Amino acid sequence: MNDFLAERVAAQSTSSFTEHLASARPDLLPSNRLLPTDASHLAPHGTTVVAIAFAGGVVMAGDRRATMGSMIASRHIEKVFPADRYSVLGIAGTAGLAIDIVRLFQVELEHYEKIEGTRLSLEGKATRLGAMIRANLGLALQGLAVVPLFAGFDLEQGVGRLFSYDVTGGRYEEPEHHSVGSGSVFARGALKKLWRPGLSEEDAVRIAVESLFDAADDDSATGGPDPLRQLWPVVYTVTRAGHRRASEHELSQIAGDIFEQRSIAGREA
Amino acid sequence: MTQPFYVSPEQVMKDRADFARKGIARGRSVVVLSCREGIALVAENPSPSLHKIGEIYDKIAFAAVGKYNEFESLRQAGVRYADVRGYSYDRVDVTGRGLASVYAQSLGAVFTAEQKPFEVELTVAEVGHDVGSDHLFRLTFDGSIADERRFVVMGGAAERVAESVIAGWSAEASFTEAIQLAAKALREDRTETPLSLEVGVLDRHSETERGVRRAFRRIAGEELDELLAVPI
Repeated sequence: MNDFLAERVAAQSTSSFTEHLASARPDLLPSNRLLPTDASHLAPHGTTVVAIAFAGGVVMAGDRRATMGSMIASRHIEKVFPADRYSVLGIAGTAGLAIDIVRLFQVELEHYEKIEGTRLSLEGKATRLGAMIRANLGLALQGLAVVPLFAGFDLEQGVGRLFSYDVTGGRYEEPEHHSVGSGSVFARGALKKLWRPGLSEEDAVRIAVESLFDAADDDSATGGPDPLRQLWPVVYTVTRAGHRRASEHELSQIAGDIFEQRSIAGREA
Repeated sequence: MTQPFYVSPEQVMKDRADFARKGIARGRSVVVLSCREGIALVAENPSPSLHKIGEIYDKIAFAAVGKYNEFESLRQAGVRYADVRGYSYDRVDVTGRGLASVYAQSLGAVFTAEQKPFEVELTVAEVGHDVGSDHLFRLTFDGSIADERRFVVMGGAAERVAESVIAGWSAEASFTEAIQLAAKALREDRTETPLSLEVGVLDRHSETERGVRRAFRRIAGEELDELLAVPI
């Protein structure tokens, strides 16, 4: 009896919320959904997310469009979220699953913090996210892939760091900048030309918006800045002081500047 | 074959209750009190890492006296309960009342069914918009639950400490005043001067003033020393 109890206590003593759910309520895990083969046409897809390192932190930005085939499913979707105080998470791929993975990851980090009384290291958080993406591999093979981009401020090293992932949960640390999603090729091209070492926070936000502008120019699934509806990308910065969401006012000014500069040049963008 | 002696159920329950009470009486006291700025949780605790006070959820905190391993397992169970509930429904659906009733059921089940009852006493504190909407649930080893107003004192010298808190309690107190009152009350119980305190607060205005949903915050080290030294 006592052995049994001891085993049960040991088995339950996990600081991982995901592991707790897997044993107590497996039905709540995003990866445990059963769907028909190739369900990609059933669900909206989120598109481009970019992340940039600057002196003292990181910036992450995502456009506001979700698509279903050639149709625009949403103009208001948000794809960049704070994961905890010192990290942010951007998601491209099947929107419904992606949002559930974000919620699970947010609770995972908070749960660890409350149970253990300390924060996970940035590396630890990145590895945990990789495991969640790997758990989703079955659904990825049915066309419902979720590909995240993770960025945060490493309090031990005192620098901002970026991590990219593949559908098998592979985790890769990226220097300088990275992007994911359908418009990522164009965004990455823009970032290569715009990024430079020692950027200020202000310039980094501007470059992030500009690279999304270029992605939207060439990729039909990425939404550009929308002055008609006053819709701007979602932009988060993370520094030693924690994360901060760029204000609508700040973003409308940056978008206005980019429009103005490009129309003055009078060239084919 | 020997026949076991008959022991009446009344006697069994009384013995268990006495056993639990003795265990709790050995522990040092904890004070949880509502004030203008929120709820302050103050414990006398010589260890800086084995906490008696903890965060459960956005607006909910936990304080305990008694055996560390027992209340720590209850705290972790509470965090799991709250996180699963908040994840499967919504964050606003996690309430102090729900958590307190789960604790009451577990404590009650352990008290009647297990070899020995838990030697713990808990408080589940939930901060509201004002002092009137704060909830302080006090749970005892047998699963009894009480919805307290203003403040809760638990532990060995609870009555003496409570008298001192009653005398100084005010709904208009700031955190500084509330924590100093609790520290003074806890000192009544002791002869040696250095008192190691563990302090946590549930900030009523965390969302408007600090921009965070999670109201719980620990106050320790220099911040605590300064706060205790402020003249009122």
